[in-house]
Amino acid sequence: METEDGPLARGRNLASGQPILDVLDLACIRGDRAIFAGLSFSVPAGGALLLTGANGAGKSSLLRVLAGLLPAAGGEVVLEGTPARSDPAGHALRLRYISSQDALKPALTVAENLAFYAALWGGEVTPALEALGLSALAGLPGRVLSTGQRRRLALARLALAPARLWLLDEPSLGLDAASVSRLGTLMARHRAAGGAILAATHLPLPLPDAQELKL
Amino acid sequence: MSGGVFGGFLAVLGREWKLALRHPSDTLAAVLFFVLVAALFPFGVGPAPETLSRLAPGALLAAALLAALLPLDRLFGAEAEDGSLDQLLLSGLPRGVLAAAKALGHWLTTGVPLIAATPIAAAMLNLPVEAWGVAMVALALATALLSLLGTLGAALTLGARRGGVLLPLLVLPLAIPAVIFGAAAIEAASAGLSAAPFLLLLGAGVSLAAPLAPLAAGAALSSD
Repeated sequence: METEDGPLARGRNLASGQPILDVLDLACIRGDRAIFAGLSFSVPAGGALLLTGANGAGKSSLLRVLAGLLPAAGGEVVLEGTPARSDPAGHALRLRYISSQDALKPALTVAENLAFYAALWGGEVTPALEALGLSALAGLPGRVLSTGQRRRLALARLALAPARLWLLDEPSLGLDAASVSRLGTLMARHRAAGGAILAATHLPLPLPDAQELKL
Repeated sequence: MSGGVFGGFLAVLGREWKLALRHPSDTLAAVLFFVLVAALFPFGVGPAPETLSRLAPGALLAAALLAALLPLDRLFGAEAEDGSLDQLLLSGLPRGVLAAAKALGHWLTTGVPLIAATPIAAAMLNLPVEAWGVAMVALALATALLSLLGTLGAALTLGARRGGVLLPLLVLPLAIPAVIFGAAAIEAASAGLSAAPFLLLLGAGVSLAAPLAPLAAGAALSSD
């Protein structure tokens, strides 16, 4: 499974509007509580879907089920025509998941934190740091970063190697206006290349023509 | 994946190594624990040299395995806490390979320092100098076995309440063969006999666990 030129190169040949992600009758149960059930939607190439809803409505759980980190209690997640459960490893490679946690190691520098994921997924560290305005901080240890800088470092993972589907959990939480616009540029470029975005958020995001799903 | 499975394995291993170098407290704690336990024995059983040398093989093995257990509950726990585990599970790296890199990382950052500290502990337990070499080999194999079994235990107890208590209860009974054969090897060496049969049996244990424990740990891993 190559990320360098595979999924996105194929994406350019796809007619825009063809669904990348199809969700059919999806259900999620945590403990003995049904978080959601009978959920069906699809996201086209270049499309964006905003997940909204009150705290505890199941936005984060939905993203985790779509990423394959939580088992679905029923239903089907189909990414680029391949059901997630038939090939979990390949499914994981076709998506990027930015959770509410920043997943950075305080002891490693900003560049080292990102270089680890570049080694796993491919991509260049320097342009990815540049894209989120982190170049000047590259040599600083993760522990001295502010909340917004930590968030930007997590988001810089999106700028490494391309993947068809981005699952974003409150991506702009703690970001200043300049960083939100950088995130907007990154998301626009991803959609222009035929990628899709699902974002759970309470804040306005720079995602023009996004559909909305209220949980 | 860019670097292939082996590249991913090296990336995870390199990260473990770097984190241990920047935060040596876990490694130091294990080594100090090992040396302190060895230092406590003479106070408990009396300083008679013959008594001490008789106890030395078993005491060395037990102290080393308990010391190596100390950092195990952070092996996956720290990754789960800061959200890194989600990213590792989605990295495309087979979970068994991820667990193998974690196990080797644990051995390099805990097992190897314990082997280096073995002469100090052996001296305090009055182990004959002729047996020190065999003691280090026996400890190398025993800690390798514990790293493998411990990674499996850490994956199984991840997310469990009181996982830190559950982990030794799960892992130590499985490590009994390491204590038996390791201590027997050191005892044979101090009596001037060949330690090879016991070391080979220990090595067989390690080569059995090396593919199986990471596979099982990978299957148990989830960030649920």
